[in-house]
Amino acid sequence: MSEKRPLSPFMIGPYYRPQITSMMSIAHRASGVVLAVGSLALVWFLLSLSMGPEAFASTQACLSSRFGQLVLFAFSLCLMYHFFNGLRHLFWDAGKGFEIGTVYRSGYAVLALTVLATAALWWFARMSGGVA
Amino acid sequence: MSLRDPLAKARGLGSAKSGFGHWWAQRLSALVLALLTPFVVFAVAKYGIADYSALLALLANPICSAALVLYVLALFWHARLGLQVVVEDYIHQPALEIALQVIIKIVFSFAAIAAVIAIARIALGA
Repeated sequence: MSEKRPLSPFMIGPYYRPQITSMMSIAHRASGVVLAVGSLALVWFLLSLSMGPEAFASTQACLSSRFGQLVLFAFSLCLMYHFFNGLRHLFWDAGKGFEIGTVYRSGYAVLALTVLATAALWWFARMSGGVA
Repeated sequence: MSLRDPLAKARGLGSAKSGFGHWWAQRLSALVLALLTPFVVFAVAKYGIADYSALLALLANPICSAALVLYVLALFWHARLGLQVVVEDYIHQPALEIALQVIIKIVFSFAAIAAVIAIARIALGA
């Protein structure tokens, strides 16, 4: 290669118009990275639960702080997106839903479900006092 | 130059050796996570960080603790495989790439083991 050509994903933006397909694909990866790193907090949560009420109380204080709640909210948003878009990927793996119209419709459905499920989740959590 | 069709040479040899295994493991773990995530999210939203004794009671149920062990194993396996692909795709300095791959393997193995130990301690009433 004699010239430096833009490589994926860096051609999106300056050379290539962002589309819902490419944006949702990279968002699946980005949310996956966030969830992978965030999932380590689940270990901390379970370990503190296993170490008794005092250890758990400090975890609880940390998670119910303003910053903790913000992190939990961002994590839940990534989880809902990755969950619904992951189902979309599993359908693709089964060879279904590849028609371009269907790809767009399922994409918008995933975005709508992400927003609705995240809102429903936090409403439910507030109602039952789980995260507040 | 051989007159043999190149396809005849390639057929049956497979492509990237263990590539399919990685792909399949990612999907298998995704399936487990897709089935169990709604229950885990429900439990966290309901008892979450507020109710210590309710969480302990939940994990005292062997079905729940077994399901959670399956969940964390699938979760950290899935996370490890996913991060591995991201590093392979975007990190192109060999030394840094190998270092990251090793760190990811060790950290997520440790996470899976620690999570199982924590669940076992709770389930067995430590």
